[in-house]
Amino acid sequence: MSDRPNESFLARLDRIDRRWIFLMMAIAVAGPIIWVGVTGRTFPETATPAVQGAFDAIERLPEGSKVLVSFDFDPASAGELQPMATGFIHHCQLRKHRIYAMTLWAPGSPLIGATLADVIGNDPSYRYGENFVDLGFQAGNEGVMKQVGVDFPKAFPNDSKGTPLARIPMMQGITRLSDFDILISVSAGYPGGKEWVQYGVSPTLTQGHRLPFVAGSTGVQTPQMIPYYPVQMSGILGAIKGAAEYESLVNAKATAPGETVPAKYQEAQRRMAPQLFGHSLMVGLILVGNVIFFAGRRKGAAE
Amino acid sequence: MGRNAAAVLASIVGLVMVLTAFARPLEFLGTAVVDWFNVLAAIAFVLGGANLLKMNLLKISARDAGWGYSAVTVCVFLVTIGVGLLKIGAHPDPLHPDVALSGDKEAVGGAFWWLYEYAMSPITSTLFALLAFYVASAAFRAFRAKNTAAILLLGTAFIVLLGRVYVGVLLTSWIPADNAWVSWLRLENLSGIIMGVFNNAGTRAMMIGIAIGIAATSLKILVGLDRSYLGSSD
Repeated sequence: MSDRPNESFLARLDRIDRRWIFLMMAIAVAGPIIWVGVTGRTFPETATPAVQGAFDAIERLPEGSKVLVSFDFDPASAGELQPMATGFIHHCQLRKHRIYAMTLWAPGSPLIGATLADVIGNDPSYRYGENFVDLGFQAGNEGVMKQVGVDFPKAFPNDSKGTPLARIPMMQGITRLSDFDILISVSAGYPGGKEWVQYGVSPTLTQGHRLPFVAGSTGVQTPQMIPYYPVQMSGILGAIKGAAEYESLVNAKATAPGETVPAKYQEAQRRMAPQLFGHSLMVGLILVGNVIFFAGRRKGAAE
Repeated sequence: MGRNAAAVLASIVGLVMVLTAFARPLEFLGTAVVDWFNVLAAIAFVLGGANLLKMNLLKISARDAGWGYSAVTVCVFLVTIGVGLLKIGAHPDPLHPDVALSGDKEAVGGAFWWLYEYAMSPITSTLFALLAFYVASAAFRAFRAKNTAAILLLGTAFIVLLGRVYVGVLLTSWIPADNAWVSWLRLENLSGIIMGVFNNAGTRAMMIGIAIGIAATSLKILVGLDRSYLGSSD
């Protein structure tokens, strides 16, 4: 029984306990997760120019190119950024590029090992130290970016296990950032893609050499990155939507038509279903909230 | 005297950093300063840890509100440091099996890995995910079309929210995608236009404004007009 019997439906709706909204959001997200888990179906994705630019930048490099990947995120953002990191490593593996992984975020270090193990762990053609290396974490933010620009071994004297760079075959000939063929940053904030543009890949810091740069970033950070595309950056993966588009491009290259794509290479595409229902619920809630608002205003004016 | 000396030192270091960007022979000075910066950044981790301990221990000893949370913070902090330093549960390095603490602390199966995988990772992910619930509740209660600016904001939000998911594609799929005169009206294209044109213009303006502000502030510090970074003279 309501404690306000004469109250209209909209007025009661306006006072709805926010836990009902929490429950609706939980159902809107959990339902599609279960549906995708059971059916394995995902929505089709069409790549936007920024995502296509990122794909093409890695694709056009000759086989065996040197790719520096900076894992500048932590587990809090892994839900949005891990599929990007997996997609980039998967794409580099398909193109047989040499992968140099590093991070400027202390909690990002274990994510490097997990991603490399997940994607190329069972590939016999990828040998540690020859085809891929985990350089781990280095403190210093922009300082490290500037240092790798002039003296890479000084910034990273060892790999994550403490092995000196001189004993790692694929590090021979790497003296500065411009020795790499492309830089990829997967970032959740500071320091991240924006700082790499300002302190890393600027031609004044790379001895006039134009180092291709591709970044993946969270939805919140993406608007700050768009001004750098397409001049300073070859491509951007914006939020889980960008990751899903990139996955679809990489998977189209990796698998024959009709072949099943492993779930680990569809993580972003699988997350687009809960995203769809979450966004739709938000739009619905805003609409209902405004209907209540205008009804209340009209009633107030009439009184 | 002390403040003057600090201001002069800051000016000299700042000028050196500016000059290294233009004079190649001075590049080594810039590299040296970056080295110092990186060493200081590493020391900042120690200072940060010490500060965390100090603040929380003070709160516990004073029995301030929420001191129990501080106790949990201190315990977890010390356990994590201990587990990492002592490499508890880490397998010895195959190349140096006889050397104590030669193993990788982050290797799968170790106690540090366990803390990261089963404590830090789920806790931080959960906290981040909670945003969805609070944003939904806030959208229902506060996102009202009260004036023209709010209506524009609402319209933009609808287009971007729907244009970034497949429902946007479905809603406007009847608009021909191959007709350049009307295809921009499809929600996914409208969303791209909002992000790439309107949002981009605003972001660029802010970035340029911030950059000019930083340059002006830096100039004031270099010539000694702004000494607020030295703190109070008391």
